[in-house]
Amino acid sequence: MDDTILEVTDLSVEFATYGGVVQAVRGVSFTVQRGKTLAIVGESGCGKSVTVQSIMGLTPVPPGKINSGTALLNGKNILGLDTKSANQFRGVEIGMIFQDPMSSLNPTMTIGNQIAETLMVHRGKSNRDALREATVLLERTQIPEAAKRAKQYPFEFSGGMLQRAMIAQSLACNPSILIADEPTTALDVTIQAQILELMQELQRTENMSIILITHDLAVVARMADEVAVMYAGEIVESGSVDDIFYKSAHPYTLGLKQAMPSNTANREKQLIPIHGSPPDLFAPPVGCGYYARCPHAMKTCERNPPELFALGDEHYAKCWLQHPDAPTVDALNQMDN
Amino acid sequence: MLISTKHLTKHFQLGRKQTLHAVDDVNIGIEENATLGLVGESGSGKSTLGKMLTGLLRKTNGEILFRGEPLPDKFTAKDHLYYAKEIQMIFQDPYSSLNPRMTILDIIGEGLRIQGSDHNIRDLVASWLSKVGMDPDHMSRYPHEFSGGQRQRIGIARAMIIEPSFVVCDEPISALDVSVQAQFINLLDELKASLGLTLLFIAHDLSMVRYVSDYMAVMYLGSVIEYGPSDEVFYSPKHPYTRLLIESNPEPDPKLERSRDVIPIKGEITSPINIQSGCRFSDRCPSVKPECRHITPVMTTIDSNHTVACHLYT
Repeated sequence: MDDTILEVTDLSVEFATYGGVVQAVRGVSFTVQRGKTLAIVGESGCGKSVTVQSIMGLTPVPPGKINSGTALLNGKNILGLDTKSANQFRGVEIGMIFQDPMSSLNPTMTIGNQIAETLMVHRGKSNRDALREATVLLERTQIPEAAKRAKQYPFEFSGGMLQRAMIAQSLACNPSILIADEPTTALDVTIQAQILELMQELQRTENMSIILITHDLAVVARMADEVAVMYAGEIVESGSVDDIFYKSAHPYTLGLKQAMPSNTANREKQLIPIHGSPPDLFAPPVGCGYYARCPHAMKTCERNPPELFALGDEHYAKCWLQHPDAPTVDALNQMDN
Repeated sequence: MLISTKHLTKHFQLGRKQTLHAVDDVNIGIEENATLGLVGESGSGKSTLGKMLTGLLRKTNGEILFRGEPLPDKFTAKDHLYYAKEIQMIFQDPYSSLNPRMTILDIIGEGLRIQGSDHNIRDLVASWLSKVGMDPDHMSRYPHEFSGGQRQRIGIARAMIIEPSFVVCDEPISALDVSVQAQFINLLDELKASLGLTLLFIAHDLSMVRYVSDYMAVMYLGSVIEYGPSDEVFYSPKHPYTRLLIESNPEPDPKLERSRDVIPIKGEITSPINIQSGCRFSDRCPSVKPECRHITPVMTTIDSNHTVACHLYT
């Protein structure tokens, strides 16, 4: 597609630890369209954060190691660049906000100075101009009394306000992509609604793309255009948000959905937990990573890694059940399953 | 009522002229074998209320009645020993609530040991470990050898082994992954049925609270502002705050999310220090009236057991 802004192909990342080598990300590919939101969903330890950190060049090397893959930002590979070249796109082309704004901001610098720093480094602005612009940015993220707030330190901000300040900082150079790593996990639902609304509004006005990392399917339903479901370092299903929710093709996606209480369904409907725990990525399973927990597992799943099956326009699933010879599982691929 | 509170209040003195109103004049009751869900933003006093009910915090004012008898004003060691058999708590953070230097056997069996149980503690711990879906052979391990979900199960086993009648669950699922949350909730459901438990379930995940509880109480800045059967509070909320809270709660359904217009609630929860009279929600409320600013609304009954503290209904 023409409007692809970021194209990640076959990204693999591993970490050397005392316990051995962890294969955190195993052959991940996805694309991000201009002005759209891609949500990467998965449980803790599935590699979603490592994926975006590797793209940003934030994985420490060593112990981290990018084994394979390319990430084309407007056609230019940005994977594995040295710090100096990476800084030309980091914070300029791609902005990033983190889960815990308190520990991601410098506690010894005022909020205004931290935002100004970005502008001074990347845009070569003078201290005074940068500070003035920092205040404007804080206003854009709807922080009341921005001028006064810019002179305050992070400890004087509430969690929601800090997240706004982080967004202001990441917007400083008008990035074309905003990566948000669990931006609302630490916040109350009311504040979460404010931050999500702010992100949507900025996306509309700036035509910015968002990569949203989250484990909360409800947030995905509100925000995403495209969804990639990650499990054990791989993307097991990807597609439009409607495909993922209404035509779930991978048993894991279905499992996540059934494990959540839905407010429209009747109360008696039991939550169906996913039994067991994710596989050990020190020695990833030979076959399907979900084999041990999958209620529909077949013999072939244990030995043979599933292929990626195309199920429709831009809807893919990595599961043997999608093979033409596989038995049909009623719950999958159904409308409203 | 198994446990109920009358004008329960907790103030923290921060200085000579500064009082933090953590819990203010709360009147709630939980029927035997029922689950009361307690929701509200952080800082609304949910955990403080839970800790007062378990005797971990001393109340400033008011009364807590357990089986009709008032709980002591200040828990002595003897009171703790006595009430621990009846009232237990499951904590939010499965990492900091288990002593890293104790084995699982010691952690789960400690309550029994202190109570001077005649049972064979090792056997009982083993049976509880399998009840919560863990391997009894792991009882000599230390907390760091377990995942968050497993630690939370250890927390359940520790609370339940005493076979209490009332358990306060303080955000027990917020540190867990979605698939593990469902395991935890189902386990809690089973135990509730088999032990005949009464639960206070504190959480900020509204969908989950509606799912697990029979009754729901909504807290804002230390006071309970709405109370009723959970489906009624969830599907026909009366207080403007409850309405906004439920509207803010996203649902895992993209079509529904696209079709509704979410208007986020303005501003943030105000400071609980030196609260003036008047409705505490008045400065964020979309339907604020002049009297809201200086007359504190009282709980009014809407129908049989749905009550709300708001001037719109008086």
